[in-house]
Amino acid sequence: MTFEEIKIKLKKYTVGIAGAGGLGSNCAVALARVGIGNLIVADFDVVDETNLNRQYFFHDQLGKKKVRALKENIERINPNINVIIHDIKLNENNIVDIYKDCDIIVEAFDLAEMKQMIIETCMTKFPDKPMIIGSGMAGWGKSNEIKCKKSGNLYICGDERSETSAQNPPLAPRVSIVANMQANTVLEILLNNLKR
Amino acid sequence: MKITLNNTEETFEKDRMTISELLELSKFSYKLLIVKVNGKLIKKDAYEDTIVKNGDDVMVLHLVTGG
Repeated sequence: MTFEEIKIKLKKYTVGIAGAGGLGSNCAVALARVGIGNLIVADFDVVDETNLNRQYFFHDQLGKKKVRALKENIERINPNINVIIHDIKLNENNIVDIYKDCDIIVEAFDLAEMKQMIIETCMTKFPDKPMIIGSGMAGWGKSNEIKCKKSGNLYICGDERSETSAQNPPLAPRVSIVANMQANTVLEILLNNLKR
Repeated sequence: MKITLNNTEETFEKDRMTISELLELSKFSYKLLIVKVNGKLIKKDAYEDTIVKNGDDVMVLHLVTGG
């Protein structure tokens, strides 16, 4: 497929991204660059200085809502992408409403408890929708331990091991590897498999 | 019994066991897991009551904080 053909194909799809932090901001930017037609992003947080070691925001965006800052950044990269934002904390109920029209859902939360919540919610409410999880990406090095595992409609990207802590913070290189692996998995599903 | 555990065939002495027993035997010690048996999600409160038997396809995913 040429890039022109890829763009035409991707334009008709909608990808939901749950969270606009390290995973969500980087994954959304990668998907916008290749031309996914519609992105639905939800997050309640504001850009903080401690986010800039890995999240796709700029110093002059400190204090801004992450979803607004991300929409601005994507518009600067590719104004043809339709970015729908929700400034909201996601839970079992609003997830269903916000992401019901997506072709694929990318889980981009920070806390493991939230990851479990969205997986259980989506596997129950949207059993046929592919979902791509990020789990295990703190620290540095060990690039080859990061992998993508598939189980039915569920894909898990990361090393499933490296948990964030004071001594093992999440940093741009490994977080971006996982975020881009999630974006790459979206392309794999949309370009190879998903019939529409 | 033989089961498929995370896409790898594994043999266990017992003929059947609960998810809780399997997680302990296979040393899955992480606090938050996603467990699927034959494609079906098994929630945490059902680990004690869900039986794994010969031929089952079990997937255990670790959820860790960070993102």
